[in-house]
Amino acid sequence: MTTPGLAGFIASGEDSQTCDVVVAEVLEALGQGFELLPERGVPRGGRRRTWFDTFDWRLYRAGLTLEYAAAHRGGELRLTGASPYGDAVQPVTGWQASRPHQLRDLPDGPIATSISGVVAPRALLPEVTVTGTTAAYRLLNEDGKTVARLLVEYPAVAAGDVRLPPRLTITEVRGYLTQARRAARIIAGIPGVRPVTQPLLADALHAIGRYPGDYSNKVAANITGRMPAAEAAATILLRLLDTVEANVPGVLRDVDTEFLHDLRVSVRRSRSALKLFGDALTAPLAAPGTALTGRKLARFAAEFKWVGDLTTPTRDLDVHLLDFEDTARTLRAAKPDDLEPFRAYLKQRRVREFRVLARGLRSPRFVTLTRDWRERLTAIRDSAIAGTAGTVRSGQSRRAAVETTGTLAADRTRLAFAKVAKRGAAITPASPHDSLHDLRKRCKELRYALEFFAPLYPADSYGAVLADLKRLQDCLGEFQDTEVQIGEIRALATSMLAADEAPAVTLLAMGEVTAWLAARQQAAREDFVRRFAAFAGVDGQRRMAALLRGGTA
Amino acid sequence: MKIYATYNIKGGVGKTTTAVNLAYLAATESKLRTVLWDLDPQGAASFMFRVKPRVKGGGKALIRGTRALDDAIKGTDFDNLDLIPADFTYRNMDLLLDSAGGKPGRKLAKLLAPLAAEYDAMFLDCPPGISLVSENVLHAADVIVVPLIPTTLSVRTLDQLTEFVAEFDGRRPDVLAFFSMVDRRKKLHREITENFSSERARVAATFVPYLAVVENMSVQRAPVTVFAPRSSAARAYRALWSEIQDRAE
Repeated sequence: MTTPGLAGFIASGEDSQTCDVVVAEVLEALGQGFELLPERGVPRGGRRRTWFDTFDWRLYRAGLTLEYAAAHRGGELRLTGASPYGDAVQPVTGWQASRPHQLRDLPDGPIATSISGVVAPRALLPEVTVTGTTAAYRLLNEDGKTVARLLVEYPAVAAGDVRLPPRLTITEVRGYLTQARRAARIIAGIPGVRPVTQPLLADALHAIGRYPGDYSNKVAANITGRMPAAEAAATILLRLLDTVEANVPGVLRDVDTEFLHDLRVSVRRSRSALKLFGDALTAPLAAPGTALTGRKLARFAAEFKWVGDLTTPTRDLDVHLLDFEDTARTLRAAKPDDLEPFRAYLKQRRVREFRVLARGLRSPRFVTLTRDWRERLTAIRDSAIAGTAGTVRSGQSRRAAVETTGTLAADRTRLAFAKVAKRGAAITPASPHDSLHDLRKRCKELRYALEFFAPLYPADSYGAVLADLKRLQDCLGEFQDTEVQIGEIRALATSMLAADEAPAVTLLAMGEVTAWLAARQQAAREDFVRRFAAFAGVDGQRRMAALLRGGTA
Repeated sequence: MKIYATYNIKGGVGKTTTAVNLAYLAATESKLRTVLWDLDPQGAASFMFRVKPRVKGGGKALIRGTRALDDAIKGTDFDNLDLIPADFTYRNMDLLLDSAGGKPGRKLAKLLAPLAAEYDAMFLDCPPGISLVSENVLHAADVIVVPLIPTTLSVRTLDQLTEFVAEFDGRRPDVLAFFSMVDRRKKLHREITENFSSERARVAATFVPYLAVVENMSVQRAPVTVFAPRSSAARAYRALWSEIQDRAE
């Protein structure tokens, strides 16, 4: 039996012809050390492989690779990497490599089991398709015994037919490791040959100007503590704008719900950023015509609020639909089927709301907003880099003009934390719901402030602060989300009734759902005191202070 | 893992060609992960797979367990088929088995047990004769495949073997003989093959004719199915392999 590749090489060259020359030299050199025979029964080519992942590379981040290979009839999916089920291969029929696939399109089997927890609720998108031919050789010793095998692959990226450098793999035959190593040494000694350092997928992505993990919904802006505050502020906001724009096509094609979610988060982050350090953008501009006045800034903020509002109805319906199965499972008195008319109604509503959303995202208003915003931010960042920053115009904050990102971060984060600590401490069991809602918003601002300036902080103390904050936010989120959902279900019940689409059993089941949500809300409220104390108590305050000291140092 | 042994007290009856061809069919056509152990110090099976008849440390290291059997395994040129080569020191295997401690007749069975995780089928190609080695093989195997030359004397040896195995305590291997090197031109061969196969349940319906292509295996150094896949020899070995499998079910 043969073991998987012992050594992999790339025949590199300036163009495909030089690569071919390198392969020819390899074959000639191996021919001197071994008898070299073409392997019989190995198909020469026509293999077409497409790699799939979610838009945000969830499989890649989990150390997994999902590959689809088309075959004469149907094809097969191959999952490799750190899966608890090991590498898995599964035949699939009617799978179109050029289209996104929902998890439900995957046939039951080891692959669906391995990845559904990682991927859901995202769709699997084709990342890149590679075609190519292969040639296989046997390396024989003086007895005519096969002691190693050589596989030469000539891959090409299907889009644009970009040829990738040939890949050479030496495979050991069991018990003949020394010979396989000798073959590998011979290959390694040929000029133009280099060891494989990355998988074919990475090479293919590189050829089309991409790389694995090239999208993430994390802020991760490229900023430093010594950077002028204006430059960092513009850099962070540009990064958020990138994320907004990256998600628009996926939202419009309605590939999966998370495009809209990521878009909304980036819009919300942009609005919070403007609130937290928008003044850093208005102060430092000197170049005439590029100045961002407070009024203009407010105008942009209002436009982003418009985008946020535009996306809310669809997202709210998405949340209901995503949670639907879980919700139906909680029913005690009613049957899960009783809720089906409710699901049908939600879907129908979503179709309508999505149309409004899509119109909005295609409108000149949205296009102008993103274009103008990018122009402004780019101008601010470039002028800050060019060192024209610092001239303070009348009526603008002198402090903001001269400060560095480090001091800006510490100052604004401290302020945001103080707000959370003060408002949270004032909450008692008798406080109205609104006070918790308000605290949730302040927590979000603080969270964003921490995330925007994350590159400035030591990872461990940042992680500790963030973990406690996250738990507090989850609690507040549960409290508010359940309240919003209760309100929505009530409104939906009313409109279903008005539209004559509400059977009595469905309304009863919906009533049961609201009761269950109310119980969850109550539990969240009871949990609040403990969560808040963990985050903003004496220890929490000390941790935050230490974090901010580390960041400005 | 199912263990098949090709065995006969007599030499030159086609044990090695049978082991080589059946192991090849098990691996490539039945897609079983297969290993063949060439126990014959002459190393004919190793030769046919172009593997040098040499094991580091010799038979001693394997029997005493100072070297894992796993380490001695060589991949053949064919998918799913591995080989444990012969070694000239196997000629002393009787002594080694006797001095290794434990039950001398069951030593081999114990040695093979760890390979069960890695393989679905194992073939043992035995040297001729009655010895401690053959006793070990008979104890280890699930199926004993006995090539018989259709002569009266040869057929008597099958009865001897059957009686010997019947005396085993506990688990007994299934004995299946088949006529090998059958020359249809010889009257005696015709009579014996026709009568015996129908008379005895332990004799396979399939027989392998005496053919130059089988002898050619040692020139080609490959199983007959590889270099003459449509030959009547290849057909006979295929039929034999499927008969063995049917019986096992």
